[in-house]
Amino acid sequence: MSPELIRLLVQATLDTLTMVALAASLGTLFGLPLGIFLATSRRGELLAAPIANAVLGFVVNATRSTPFIILVVAIIPFTRLVAGTSIGTLAATVPLTVAATPFLARLIEAAIREVDPGLVEAARAFGARPGQIIAKVLIPEALPGIVSGLTLAVVSLLGFSAMVGAVGGGGLGDLGIRYGYQRFRPEMMLAVVVVLVVLVQAVQTVGEGLARRLNRRVRQA
Amino acid sequence: MPSTAHPAEAAIRFESVSKTYAPRRGGPAVAALQGIDLAVPAGSILGIIGRSGAGKSTLIRLINGLERPSAGRVWVGKSEVSALRERDLRALRARVGMIFQHFNLLSSRDAAGNVALPLEIAGWAPAAIRVRVAELLDLVGLADQAGRYPAELSGGQKQRVGIARALATRPEVLLSDEATSALDPETTRSILALLGRINRELGLTIVLITHEMSVVRAVADRVAVIEHGAIVEAGSAFAVFTRPQAEITRSLLAGEMGHGLPPALAARIGAGGRPGATVVLRIAFEDAPDGSAILARLARETGIEAAILAGTVDEIGGRPFGSLAIGLPPAPDVAARARAYLAQHGIESQVLGYLPPAQEASRVA
Repeated sequence: MSPELIRLLVQATLDTLTMVALAASLGTLFGLPLGIFLATSRRGELLAAPIANAVLGFVVNATRSTPFIILVVAIIPFTRLVAGTSIGTLAATVPLTVAATPFLARLIEAAIREVDPGLVEAARAFGARPGQIIAKVLIPEALPGIVSGLTLAVVSLLGFSAMVGAVGGGGLGDLGIRYGYQRFRPEMMLAVVVVLVVLVQAVQTVGEGLARRLNRRVRQA
Repeated sequence: MPSTAHPAEAAIRFESVSKTYAPRRGGPAVAALQGIDLAVPAGSILGIIGRSGAGKSTLIRLINGLERPSAGRVWVGKSEVSALRERDLRALRARVGMIFQHFNLLSSRDAAGNVALPLEIAGWAPAAIRVRVAELLDLVGLADQAGRYPAELSGGQKQRVGIARALATRPEVLLSDEATSALDPETTRSILALLGRINRELGLTIVLITHEMSVVRAVADRVAVIEHGAIVEAGSAFAVFTRPQAEITRSLLAGEMGHGLPPALAARIGAGGRPGATVVLRIAFEDAPDGSAILARLARETGIEAAILAGTVDEIGGRPFGSLAIGLPPAPDVAARARAYLAQHGIESQVLGYLPPAQEASRVA
């Protein structure tokens, strides 16, 4: 490959990493409280608010069932409002975040529901407020599961980020389609795939390692 | 039992408490507890015993307000738990510690971190927490395990952490929810010994629920037997063990303290008093260290030679107690004479039945 193509590849990788890192961070920022709320607000639970739970659950499901490429196009007005433009790497972060948030919320909800209800009862027996139970019991105990969920979400976002090329989002997917496919450069296509494979492997390894180190439920070596 | 005039005298009091769970869709409402009256004197250990599903868990959770009564009132000291709002309940809970069957320790915190939890919740300063945690781990004999995570501790050690955690905020009352049911017999003994020591040294009132009589026998001063959501028998451990009144109590006691008969013997005892049959008596003696000598005196003074068929001599709460099944020789008025002699010496007897003749009692034993 020519130095020019290599420069393009490096730039695209950085764009992808930026989009995914931003979307994953923002998705966690919004998804964590949402996931905690979904996990604790059914009837009889810590923050019992069954109606709000049902409404948010429906919104989350609706967002998750919309195909990503349709979501990208459908929320263009919102993207323009938030990012000032609907084209480019920064703008592409908006639909990625919108897709990542409900996904992460469900993963975090599942991780929190895995926490032994006996621990919540014990904390209540010691006089803990709901906020203390969430901060001192639910989140620390669910942390390994939350990290695993985050790993899964980042890998999915790497896939999703390839599609935002369709709206001028840039990144590896865009490069692969425009240079590799449309300009008949199979080596470019291959290079893009290789970089993505390496990224996914790296994310998976780091994520699993972190989740394992955080998990104190099993005896540490 | 309850003295309505002075609610403050008891550490814990239940006044006609009932608990009914709202019906599940299509099903009837479930009555978990009905008409519970109970007073636990300060500084005592009350054992609540019953089969699973009898309502023990609900009963103990009413004390710290994890459950609300449907009717009646629950007091801890001078606070009426059943009348407190959720916010005031949290303050009360710092005065009532609790330990659990499955320990319920946070896997994400080491032993010291788990003990610190109630103190953090109560808003203690970090420096004060460190001092108190070290003190507590020392009290339960785990000073050298502070940095270990629950996954690295044995069951007994986990329950010791649980006890240290429950005592952190210096509660007046300790609730034990089947705390030894997941432990082996030896660990159970050491945990119960620790609870006994805490009760004596800290003057803490302890309420423990269990389905095992041996647990109650090991530590409890008082016993309440619960069945189908009602207390069927209550009193001092000694009284309940030596003179069980309710059927369920006898059945829970079977196998403990010689209350049961060996199966082969039980199978051969009949109700009919045919001529020549051996009369089988149960005698119980208590408090007299020479109680077991009564049979020798019976033989010497009345000439009636009784055979011991089954029984135990042991102590409950440090008081000697014996329960024996004895066989009397088959002669017309022997049983009546023997019982009269025993009654004179303050020993209760009860006819269990008759063994068919031609078989000597000693062969059965």
